[in-house]
Amino acid sequence: MVGLITMEDLSNEDVIEVLDAAERLLPVARGESYLPLLQGRILGNLFFEPSTRTRMSFETAMKRLGGDVVNLGDVSTSSVVKGETLFDTVQMVDGYTDIIALRHPRQGAARYAQDAARVPVLNGGDGAGHHPTQTMLDLFTIRQAHGRLEGLDVVLAGDLRYGRTVHSLSHALVRFGCRVVLASPELLRMPSEIVEDLRASGGDVTETTDLHASLATADVVYMTRIQKERFADEDEYTKVAGAYKLHARDLADVRSDMIVMHPLPRVDEIHPSVDSTRHAKYFEQAFNGVVTRMALLCRLLGVDVPGGEA
Amino acid sequence: MSNESSMRRVTAIRNGTVIDHIPAGGALRVLDLLGLRDGASVPVSLVMNVPSKKLGSKDIIKVEDRELTGDELARLALVAASASVAIIRAYTVAEKREISLGDEVVNVVRCTFSNCITQHPREPLPHRLRVVDRAEVHLRCHYCGRPQDLDALVKNVI
Ligand SMILES: [Zn+2]
Repeated sequence: MVGLITMEDLSNEDVIEVLDAAERLLPVARGESYLPLLQGRILGNLFFEPSTRTRMSFETAMKRLGGDVVNLGDVSTSSVVKGETLFDTVQMVDGYTDIIALRHPRQGAARYAQDAARVPVLNGGDGAGHHPTQTMLDLFTIRQAHGRLEGLDVVLAGDLRYGRTVHSLSHALVRFGCRVVLASPELLRMPSEIVEDLRASGGDVTETTDLHASLATADVVYMTRIQKERFADEDEYTKVAGAYKLHARDLADVRSDMIVMHPLPRVDEIHPSVDSTRHAKYFEQAFNGVVTRMALLCRLLGVDVPGGEA
Repeated sequence: MSNESSMRRVTAIRNGTVIDHIPAGGALRVLDLLGLRDGASVPVSLVMNVPSKKLGSKDIIKVEDRELTGDELARLALVAASASVAIIRAYTVAEKREISLGDEVVNVVRCTFSNCITQHPREPLPHRLRVVDRAEVHLRCHYCGRPQDLDALVKNVI
């Protein structure tokens, strides 16, 4: 079975199909209707590092569709500490479940698990590698707001060096012909090999240190957290990070349908004053994680979501 | 033949392997890769920067009393895909062996990225590197996707 390890496993058409299916599942995700498409199926949650949000999102997605979930226990007490290989753990869970969601601190773990498994593997983040379900929920949120993915102006802001979220999202945006502005402090620029890859695949990519100058023409502003630990001292952090914060008053001259996104949790890069503006989409974005994961679970388990074109 | 005269720069060997047409400067990498630099139990002779029609200049290695195996040829493809290998028995070329870099290099070297899943010594699946560009010898790990640096890679022979 083929799972979802990187966004390259999905063509643009596949992406649109999944987003369409997710849209049809919205009432089910909200609990307004019950559609047990995955009754009798079991998801194995293999989380080798704590990520409560992603784990809960997978679990909710499965249960909204009538499926069941088994969880690998706390990593610190389970067999993993006793030195079991990922291969052995996957062999065991593979026998118990119909699909696996994996999160692992080591890069390449998801591809490795897929090679070891009979059932499809959904990559829930592996090291600094890929996190395709996050990218899918980001794309869903963007399309929901703008009605399309093609040709949008998207600003990615904050820590672009270490944030894997923005790495795979930028690739996906370029695939759909979006113009991408990378706004970050010098120290936290997008890795040059990624920028080169984006440009090599025809991407219209601009780098800047001035977030606020980029706001006026943006359709999407995607904020990420800048961590204190990245800087030598607190003063330097305060000086630099201050330029990558949004306040409601910064949004006076932006496009009326511009949206502000954030993978959450946020600290202070988005001021609470933004929450009540029409631009704030980060809470819906978090909710969208459930509905896109529902659509992905159906797809990988070979279950059609009713309501699509025959 | 110029080829023969350059071969004679080193004494002919009775039995063993001659690796010719190594790109100039590549011989040391080849020795590393074949484990012939430290603790080799057989005589090895090395000629560097010999004029060559094909390559401009080249290196040659002669290994006595040892015939390179298929596995070793696969390793050689990583650093000297243009090399030609002759197996010598009783002073004559008994066999010529082709080297070629395929689409994937399996269980020859391990990924150089420190946080790759394959760094765990007991994980049993094969070490797999995808050949992204054959001419430039660009490789990426099948699992973590990281590009591999050849100089670091030759130190990661399995
Ligand atoms: Zn690797």
